[in-house]
Amino acid sequence: MLRSMLRIRRFEEKAIEVFSEGLMGGVLHTYIGEEAVAVGVCSNLRVDDYVAGTHRGHGHCLAKGAPSDRMLAELMGRKTGLNKGKGGSMHTIDFSKGILGSNGIVGSGIPIVVGAALSAKMRGTDQVAVAFFGDGATNRGSFHEGLNLAALWDLPAIFVCEDNKWAISVPKRRSTKLEDLSVRASSYGMPGVSVDGSDILAVHQAAAAVVARARRGEGPTLLVCDTPRARGHEEGDPQDYRPKDDLEAAKRRDPIEGLKTYMLGAGMLTGDEFEAVDKAIVQEIMEAERFARQSPFPRPEEALDDLFAEVH
Amino acid sequence: MREINYQQALNEALKEEMARDERVFVLGEDIGLIGGNFGITRGLLEEFGSERVLDTPISEDGFVGASLGAAITGMRPVAEVMFSSFMGCCMEQIWNQISKIRYMSGGQVEVPLVIRTVNALGRSTAAQHNERPEAMFMHIPGLKIVTPATPYDAKGLLKASIRDPNPVIFFEQCFLYFTAKGHVPEEDYIVPLGKADVKRRGTDVTIVSYSAMVYKALEAAELLSARGVEAEVVDLRTLSPLDRETLLESVKATGKVVIAEDDCKFGGVGAEVTAIIMEEAFDYLDAPVLRVATRDVPTPFSKPLENHIMPTVDDIVAACGKVAGA
Ligand SMILES: Cc1ncc(C[n+]2csc(CCOP(=O)(O)OP(=O)(O)O)c2C)c(N)n1
Repeated sequence: MLRSMLRIRRFEEKAIEVFSEGLMGGVLHTYIGEEAVAVGVCSNLRVDDYVAGTHRGHGHCLAKGAPSDRMLAELMGRKTGLNKGKGGSMHTIDFSKGILGSNGIVGSGIPIVVGAALSAKMRGTDQVAVAFFGDGATNRGSFHEGLNLAALWDLPAIFVCEDNKWAISVPKRRSTKLEDLSVRASSYGMPGVSVDGSDILAVHQAAAAVVARARRGEGPTLLVCDTPRARGHEEGDPQDYRPKDDLEAAKRRDPIEGLKTYMLGAGMLTGDEFEAVDKAIVQEIMEAERFARQSPFPRPEEALDDLFAEVH
Repeated sequence: MREINYQQALNEALKEEMARDERVFVLGEDIGLIGGNFGITRGLLEEFGSERVLDTPISEDGFVGASLGAAITGMRPVAEVMFSSFMGCCMEQIWNQISKIRYMSGGQVEVPLVIRTVNALGRSTAAQHNERPEAMFMHIPGLKIVTPATPYDAKGLLKASIRDPNPVIFFEQCFLYFTAKGHVPEEDYIVPLGKADVKRRGTDVTIVSYSAMVYKALEAAELLSARGVEAEVVDLRTLSPLDRETLLESVKATGKVVIAEDDCKFGGVGAEVTAIIMEEAFDYLDAPVLRVATRDVPTPFSKPLENHIMPTVDDIVAACGKVAGA
């Protein structure tokens, strides 16, 4: 799990670098500070389980097993990218790893995950489907409709809310009266669980229970993870709207530092071992960067491919 | 051959496809116990059980989005949206998710998904129950848009839509459910998507139409024939992809075109068809292309008001007379 969180962190640090060089179009929303949620949940999943991410989706994809080189190539619009350069940062999709898509539309992955869980149930598999979304997304109709359907049909779905208290510049307290969003679960007749989302062990443990429950056919759960957003909404966001101490507090809750400190303290890891792990990951990301930079752009005419599947 | 109506034809198509392929299932509001508002799913619950015939809560965004999730993970859902006006409630899923997921993923996935819905002009249901929104969906790349007029086409096109690996929005016409009758084979057949059909041969003017307006076009053609003008009636059947070949062949042969459509005129299907003709067959035209369409207002309730905004057979005859000089 430490490795997986570090991979996300180093990947995104590289993405920021490449973005500031102007080699990446569009916008870049990083997951920095929230890694424990994706990793804590996905470490309980199999390759054939489904996840749907958010506009802040690099962490979900990497934690679910997407290759860092093809992901970085995608962010840089290359032909070798996961989506042949048609998706980009907000829309990374890898069906071979059960990743049904990061999503540019807040909350829209939720009904899609409901359908994937429905399909798993209909096909009689024991796959589960996980939707990640922010606290802001819980105010959308798709959240309410999706949770209601999943509960009604006892689907193997897990709804993971990344409660970072912000939706761009709007603080959570200005978009809902609720403090603890997990209480929303009770209005659909499913359990709601709240957990410290910067504590990877807590997330992992809570997710293990709800994933097992879903796999046993006992239905969906809403898992709310209290997690800090350590950077702006997107790169380049000056965060003028945000109190300084809120940002400082977010940075102090670094889940990677948290796990590292815990493991060092418990004698599960030495400083040297940590360095070695980190070095290997930095190496992987450097190779991913080399791969992405050396990859060609798609031919312009490829813009017209992949619209429809051939009728067979 | 036996005759059945449009409603029965659609019902048979669903039954046969569900029997043929166990991945096919239906979902929507009131589709189980009562077989849908118009009985299109009647008998499916008894035959296939509640596992494959899912009554949903009133949550178009939810169940249409769920259909997408099911389609990309191995199932073949057929969702029913009770009236096409309600398509607004799931527009986000259709527009941003369903139509784009294959393209955005670089072609990784197939989306074998059908959304059936119904247009209901002419039933005094006022503005929120009788949209004809097909042009809006035509404007979204990545969707196939199907609009059958006859029972034969309805059955064959629905079967083809269910077997298609791409998202299809299937617009039925409420007025036709019980009035349109015709020969429908009992053996398995499909009508391929993307193929128009010449419903009447003629040499003097082409009337381009689809869905319920095809019948008014045919009626107009009979009246014109009495005046010595032979109209060819082209039923587009699929609006996207649109069969340019059949359309242009007819236009080139007659040199005169009237488009008859149910929807509002401004920015509608006829506008697109006109543009295609101008771009690809201008030199063959003997007269400007004319459009006969519904007036550009929401549909009013009161019968005289509703009748006033809808195009009539006489309007089509008059337009044909104008371009054909008769
Ligand atoms: C339906 C929709 N409305 C608005 C936006 C613009 N937008 C993008 S991210 C965002 C904030 C989302 O907040 P939250 O769901 O809490 O996720 P976070 O960014 O905090 O991870 C908004 C409003 C959008 N992408 N989709």
